[in-house]
Amino acid sequence: MKRREFVQYAGLGAGALMMPSLLLGNNISAEALLDPGMDVAIKKALADVALNTAKSLGASYADVRIGRYLNQYVFTREDKVQNVVNTESFGVGIRVIANGTWGFASTNNVSDDGIKKATNQAVAIAKANAKIQKEEVKLAPVESHGEVTWKTPIKKDFKEVPVSEKVDLLLSANAAAQQNGANFVNSALFMVNEQKYFASTEGSYIDQDVHRIWPTFGVTAIDRSTGKFKSRQALSAPMGMGYEYMDGLASEKIKGPDDLILYRNSYDIIEDATMAAKQAKQMLTAKSVEAGKYDLVLEPNHLGLTIHESVGHPLELDRVLGYEANYAGTSFATLDKWKSKDFEYGSNIVNLVADKVQPGSLGAVGYDDEGVKTKKWDLVRDGVLVNYQAIRDQVHMIDQNESHGCCYAQSWNDVQFQRMPNVSLEPGKEKYSIDDMIKDVEKGIYIAGRGSYSIDQQRYNFQFGGTVFYEIKDGKIVGMLDDVAYQSNTQEFWNSCVKICDESDYRLFGSFFDGKGQPSQVSAVSHGSSTARFNGVNVINTGRKI
Amino acid sequence: MAIYTKEEAKQIMEKALSFSKADGCVINMSGSESGNIRYARNTVTTSGHRSNQTLVVQSNFGKKSGTATIDEFDDKSLEKVVRRAEELAKLSPESPEFMDPLGPQTYDDSLTFKESTANVSPEYRAEVAAKSINPAAAKDVTAAGFFNDSAGFSAMLNSNGLFAYNKSTNMDFTVTMRTKDGTGSGWVTRDYNDITQFDAAEASKVAIDKAIMSSKAKAIEPGKYTVILEPAASVGLLGNMGRAFDARTADEGRSFMSKEGGGTKLGEKIVDERVNIWSDPLDPRVPTGTWDGSGQPVKKMQWIENGAVKNLAYSRYWAKEKGVNPVPFPSNFIMEGGDASLEDLIKDTKKGILVTRLWYIRGVDPQTLLYTGLTRDGTFYIENGKIKHPVKNFRFNESPIIMLNNLEKLGKQVRIDGNLVPYMKIRDFTFTSLSDAV
Repeated sequence: MKRREFVQYAGLGAGALMMPSLLLGNNISAEALLDPGMDVAIKKALADVALNTAKSLGASYADVRIGRYLNQYVFTREDKVQNVVNTESFGVGIRVIANGTWGFASTNNVSDDGIKKATNQAVAIAKANAKIQKEEVKLAPVESHGEVTWKTPIKKDFKEVPVSEKVDLLLSANAAAQQNGANFVNSALFMVNEQKYFASTEGSYIDQDVHRIWPTFGVTAIDRSTGKFKSRQALSAPMGMGYEYMDGLASEKIKGPDDLILYRNSYDIIEDATMAAKQAKQMLTAKSVEAGKYDLVLEPNHLGLTIHESVGHPLELDRVLGYEANYAGTSFATLDKWKSKDFEYGSNIVNLVADKVQPGSLGAVGYDDEGVKTKKWDLVRDGVLVNYQAIRDQVHMIDQNESHGCCYAQSWNDVQFQRMPNVSLEPGKEKYSIDDMIKDVEKGIYIAGRGSYSIDQQRYNFQFGGTVFYEIKDGKIVGMLDDVAYQSNTQEFWNSCVKICDESDYRLFGSFFDGKGQPSQVSAVSHGSSTARFNGVNVINTGRKI
Repeated sequence: MAIYTKEEAKQIMEKALSFSKADGCVINMSGSESGNIRYARNTVTTSGHRSNQTLVVQSNFGKKSGTATIDEFDDKSLEKVVRRAEELAKLSPESPEFMDPLGPQTYDDSLTFKESTANVSPEYRAEVAAKSINPAAAKDVTAAGFFNDSAGFSAMLNSNGLFAYNKSTNMDFTVTMRTKDGTGSGWVTRDYNDITQFDAAEASKVAIDKAIMSSKAKAIEPGKYTVILEPAASVGLLGNMGRAFDARTADEGRSFMSKEGGGTKLGEKIVDERVNIWSDPLDPRVPTGTWDGSGQPVKKMQWIENGAVKNLAYSRYWAKEKGVNPVPFPSNFIMEGGDASLEDLIKDTKKGILVTRLWYIRGVDPQTLLYTGLTRDGTFYIENGKIKHPVKNFRFNESPIIMLNNLEKLGKQVRIDGNLVPYMKIRDFTFTSLSDAV
């Protein structure tokens, strides 16, 4: 077994928490995170060095990204701080088209000389690869934006909040969990600030300041006599917000069934940890589900992952065309299905939208990593597949001439490529509450929070677990269930969607470390929805005796 | 130049250590040169080269520790990084689990570096792609692949007199071949320390043949089947099982290795008695470094002996808490095999499924080590000792513990992801649904 398999943080669950060490830069002090970094006028001058060098070497297009990536991660368990990580990574990535072919090079030597050298390398790579390239790169036109800026609309910059305050908050959440019966608790706070300067030969100079935050924990309860243990993960969502997400505002809480409290744009970690400990203990004696067909009522913090896997990934155009065939796979949503204009992805109440502008979301930016102004567009309208996710060098393949603006690179030293925008289910038009979803279900299960997830390489067959499960009998929640997972087929599943709560229940789920490409790059993306009901879904029992 | 010799690395690290004013100081240094080529739709899509070097300083004052990193090794930079680690240590909260730097150790010489791999050129990489793409195109098959080679070193020096150094090379190759009509898909993986063992054409042919053979698969009912698992199909489940060998979570009562009523399953028989699994950094077929991240020597270690749990891994901290010797996590694993070839295993199977690989494996229940995932890139129905026809992919829900209890026969070992894993015939493997994915 490879060492990286053991870097997982025990107790925090899901593989998504594997520490992506490549994202970390040089360790610095928390105070140094506040350093404003390089002045924008200097960045512009350096960017021009890259663009002019590229042009003089015969490149027909060039873009340059000067990036400063700041991370602060805090890890605790029970009453102990495990680690506080503050890192900074600073450098420049230059991408060019020469002889109709892409070339890319990067350097952490952010000076005239360093940039000239890297630009030379990028052009040389493009020219070398041009010899084996079969089709010339074709870029969709883009507007020249001049000098512009964009900033995540945060209220509290995490960098200005003392580390001690963050540590205290996590330790208080851990203590609350332990006081309420948890045997173990691991908690973590991930905070990211991307300071990205982009310039291209199209005449844009774009300065962006992007913030993200993710508080999370895993609480474990153990029954020593039976040897059983159960974990309950946090019901938080990673967000494109500042530290204000940790305020726990009462106005952003939503009451779920069985006293469950759910969170919209503000998270109360102490309350959730308290609830988690009680629920983990309840799970130890929860009824094991009987396998069969159930009507599923899926809460947004759960449904988001299903949207991510069964809608987000299959509608990435590079997957559809086969560019990702050797890694994550291809897609069932082939071009002929899209061209037919009548492929029923879901029932007629299903509207799935791609979005790079939604406030509070992880995918929100003003401009993507190739200088395209971001927007919102339809993927599935009234149940029918209408579009994909594509960037400047791809849209011509689907007969469009405007990039969707979803190009992204995880760092200055990685080349940008098509990444998933926020993909969300629109709320229902009729006024429905969570209770309305449950009240006419005879035999069903209410599922909240993310759990185990697995889907095939063309995104047909999937299996999802969850964080907490409640049995619904004759329109009422009757108790907790255990050993639940549902298996379905993407098209069948979305066509079984019969009811969606209205806007008042809408909230975001997020994936902080979504992987794609070889070498693999991560990105962060949100998925919004309201609670929705899916009828007659196959549920299996995952309990085993060994 | 990112690959330093033992002497060069030691000199730089000693210089850095000379600036230390902390109670303890640990310096780790590493560097690597790597190159890759990626192709899809029978054409090269990207290629790249990466060079990096880094020096990490961990300083501690009592149980407060701080870490700082730098990629320049001149005296001024070295002093700066040591000062920064010390500043961070002073500012950090106390970590009750902090362990003082380890004293001097003796290590075996590793077998991980091969000059041939360190000398891979961009032309060689392009040739790998061509050896995949050309035969694929000739058979109307579409190739998508990735080849990566790397050479690097890592070294460690601390204020208690420990010094460790290792140099290694690696290459990884995967290719997916798909028939033009999209009904067949084959895949292959190869990894070596020594690139002279790698044959891109041979590997690509395996994937091309599988793509053609797996075309137009028939659906058969999911259920419990006898399966022949190629090493690529079982390595993921075995690796996941390996994670359960952590003594701490077992002692804490939250692992498969925890025992009802307290204690651990150490010494208990958990799988078929023909199962023997060990790790060995000096096996020339799958060599690894001979020391771990905390500086402890890594030696041959038995994990499962005749089906029973022989050892659990203890971090330095947990070993101290429990009053035992630390046992480092392994960096490879070797599962004992038999003499049977894949053909032999197929020949004596009356009714079964041959599985090329398992994909998207995710944990379902840590209590029983239940995992789910799907078959991919070549799944075939076997009847009366012969492959009859390709079958559609299945989703499985299975625990490696149950799988290794249902062992029918072990076949030959194959290197896979740096480990040695045998072909295995397993009865009653649980497939829970069908997938249309190719």
